[in-house]
Amino acid sequence: MTTNILTPTTVCCSHCGDVCPPDPPMELEKAFCCEGCKTVYLLLSEHDLSQYYLLEEKPGISQKRSTQRENFAFLDLADIREQLIDFQDKNRIHIRLSLPQIHCTSCIWLLENLQRLHAGVQSCRVDFLKREAQIVISEDTISLRELAELLDRIGYPPIFRLDDLGEKQGKKGKQTLIYQLAVAGFCFGNIMLLSFPEYLGLTAEAGLSFGHFFSWLNLLLILPVLLYSSSPFFRSAWLGLREKHLNIDFPISLGIVVLFAQSLADILLQSGPGYLDSLAGLVFFLLVGKWFQQKTYDQLAFDRDYSAYFPIAATRLLEDGEEQVAVSKITSGDRLFIHHQEVIPCDAILRKGNAEIDYRFVSGESEPTTKYPGDLLYAGGRQMGGAIEIEVRKAVSQSYLTQLWNHESFQQEKGNAVQALADRLSQWFTPLILGIAVVSGIVWWWFTDISQAIRVMTAVLIVACPCGIALSAPVVLGSATRILGRMGCYLRDSGILENMATLNQIVFDKTGTLTHLDHKSEVKWIGKFLTDDKSIIQALAAQSLHPISKAIRMGAPRGPEARYVTEIKGMGLSGWVADKHVRIGKWIFIGGDHAHQRPGTWVSIDGKILGEIQIRDHYRPGMQETISLLGQQYELALLSGDQDRERQYLTAVFPPDSSLCFSQSPADKLQFIQEAQARGKRLMMIGDGLNDAGALSQSDVGMSITDQSGSFSPACDVILDGKQFSQIPAILRFSQGSIQLVRAAFLISSLYNIVGISIAIQGWLSPLLAAILMPLSSISVVIFSLSSSWLLGKKHFRSANNQLQE
Amino acid sequence: MSALFFLVFLGLVVAGGFLLAFFWAMKSGQYQDSYTPSVRILFDDTSSTTDQDAHETTTA
Repeated sequence: MTTNILTPTTVCCSHCGDVCPPDPPMELEKAFCCEGCKTVYLLLSEHDLSQYYLLEEKPGISQKRSTQRENFAFLDLADIREQLIDFQDKNRIHIRLSLPQIHCTSCIWLLENLQRLHAGVQSCRVDFLKREAQIVISEDTISLRELAELLDRIGYPPIFRLDDLGEKQGKKGKQTLIYQLAVAGFCFGNIMLLSFPEYLGLTAEAGLSFGHFFSWLNLLLILPVLLYSSSPFFRSAWLGLREKHLNIDFPISLGIVVLFAQSLADILLQSGPGYLDSLAGLVFFLLVGKWFQQKTYDQLAFDRDYSAYFPIAATRLLEDGEEQVAVSKITSGDRLFIHHQEVIPCDAILRKGNAEIDYRFVSGESEPTTKYPGDLLYAGGRQMGGAIEIEVRKAVSQSYLTQLWNHESFQQEKGNAVQALADRLSQWFTPLILGIAVVSGIVWWWFTDISQAIRVMTAVLIVACPCGIALSAPVVLGSATRILGRMGCYLRDSGILENMATLNQIVFDKTGTLTHLDHKSEVKWIGKFLTDDKSIIQALAAQSLHPISKAIRMGAPRGPEARYVTEIKGMGLSGWVADKHVRIGKWIFIGGDHAHQRPGTWVSIDGKILGEIQIRDHYRPGMQETISLLGQQYELALLSGDQDRERQYLTAVFPPDSSLCFSQSPADKLQFIQEAQARGKRLMMIGDGLNDAGALSQSDVGMSITDQSGSFSPACDVILDGKQFSQIPAILRFSQGSIQLVRAAFLISSLYNIVGISIAIQGWLSPLLAAILMPLSSISVVIFSLSSSWLLGKKHFRSANNQLQE
Repeated sequence: MSALFFLVFLGLVVAGGFLLAFFWAMKSGQYQDSYTPSVRILFDDTSSTTDQDAHETTTA
């Protein structure tokens, strides 16, 4: 965003708030920064939608785009249309569109009043956090393409990516847990109520009939808990058993079954009220823990692959014209027309046009590559130099880039160390408990009778439930996940924390990770001090699309016009500004001495060489301190797809024994990770582009950095907001602390187990005692976990300034 | 005292009704998006004037 110093005479656009040029488009005595903004303003006031401007200050999105309007012609293709719409009845179509330009209240208001702009729109409902809109249109009045064009005209163009096609999975799993939790909670509360008279000894007075009636009611209420709410535990234990493996759900399931059986026996034989209140409470708290751990971020996607980045359709050239074709139908030999700023969908050969391909996202090269007719262009690059014609060599799925996704590292599931810890615990826990139960049963049988022995055995099995252990990890990790989420660090699932806590090496990507992924660079001038000449140079640079030129004119106000401008590829830019002949480019081009070659970009005015321009990548603020902090605890490495221009600078920044590798292909990065893991290292890879996908998937923790929520990030375990880059050391220390808290909570729940078992083997476990002890252990573990992780968060992320609003 | 049997049973039935209401509310999908409704309720309903005029002319 350009910062403009506002003087009293500065005029701002009435639509988007940007500074207006000296002679702005005017209408109704309001000024606009461009014709586009003026058009939107008029369109809205025509349809009585001026409230758009009342809800927020200058809510409009700047329409100053040099590119043509988005091409939605592919929406007329029947097969693409079929795959995009959610639902169709009679003539109405339901579709969910992704509109990343939604950013404020006015946007929501305008979009939800879309029917006022066009009668064909029946309704539109916005989901702000997901930046989506659910729209219903009647097809005979407006077509899908027209809808997209309408949205584009008011500044909210829908984005279609390859992964929008195909099935959309539902979110049923999360809902089932909520239903099970609701049933368990309902039954828990009611059973406790019905058990109260028993606790207070009232049923003895009122006669057996009441006590008995309530017990039968309890039996009725426990059935849904047993059959519906407990099913996740039974299923998991059964699956584990089939693999000949005792996981933590096995002792839980055992405890549930024994509790129920003992209670059933007691009630039928009228020898007691049973333990149904403890059973319902147990299931309820365990499900709460499960739900708490399940924090997901619906507006982020952790499993994106190339299809989330590629467009749906491309323009194919025919003998006598052009047509839109779905990207999946493109075959080798097709000729495609790629517009400015479009992504190239497949490996192809350049046939016509000026190709300046930006591979930032694909290979990490920070400067666009100039390509000439006959050169091979790789899929995934973005064309920056105008329109070109290409001839396809390989279909989308076989391109160099997408081959990466066939690698086996994408097929494997990453190990979750905390789950493993809990499972390992249950390996010896279950036999131990069974052993204690049997031994105490035998001892009691020796001294008294069999019924008392059985009672003691079941008491041991009931109270020795690992529910405390099964709760401590989910609650601590769920709490930690939420705290990290508020810091802009989003985890795919809580188990990643254990992996983050046990790292010993961190690998960085350069472009987009250590640097900002925009076209800003640091421009350093080496030469004579410039006064007026600076604006002259910037005026010439304004005529070129080359990133160096863009960097030169960054932040410059409008200056004099440049005329007779010529740009020679690979050499430089020359033109006349204010009657001076200005040249920017290579040493020879600007008039330098042929005998003494000098690299870099130089500037000369009227033949006099003024100095050199050095462009350096714009590194994230605080990068140096972050790297040195991390270097104290971890081994570091840099794997960059870019050339090694920055090697000297980065060698100074990174600790002495770090590996710095440049010009890495995606396969090279993957190989580095694999070799390090073979040497026993546990790695975190931090990257942001498609070329990091393999490395991110193979490493123990894959972290993806993003500057814009809603923009593409490759498949990873953690998504970090770019603004929080300097928090990485604190985040890692926090995860280490969280794992220690899990161990502490394990310990507390073990204490309960010891106390409970000692009570049980002495035969003192009455239903009342069990009803107190078990919920108490669960609640105290939950309270301990929540408060200690909250304190830990306060300790590591001290200032409130760090918190993001999202 | 025997009324207690009946009342407890009735109480459970009413409570069960609330549980069913909970399932119904979940199914309606209103909990999927918890942010946008908070913004939506603050909008004024300015459509009434233009719609009303149209309505009056057609029914007149």
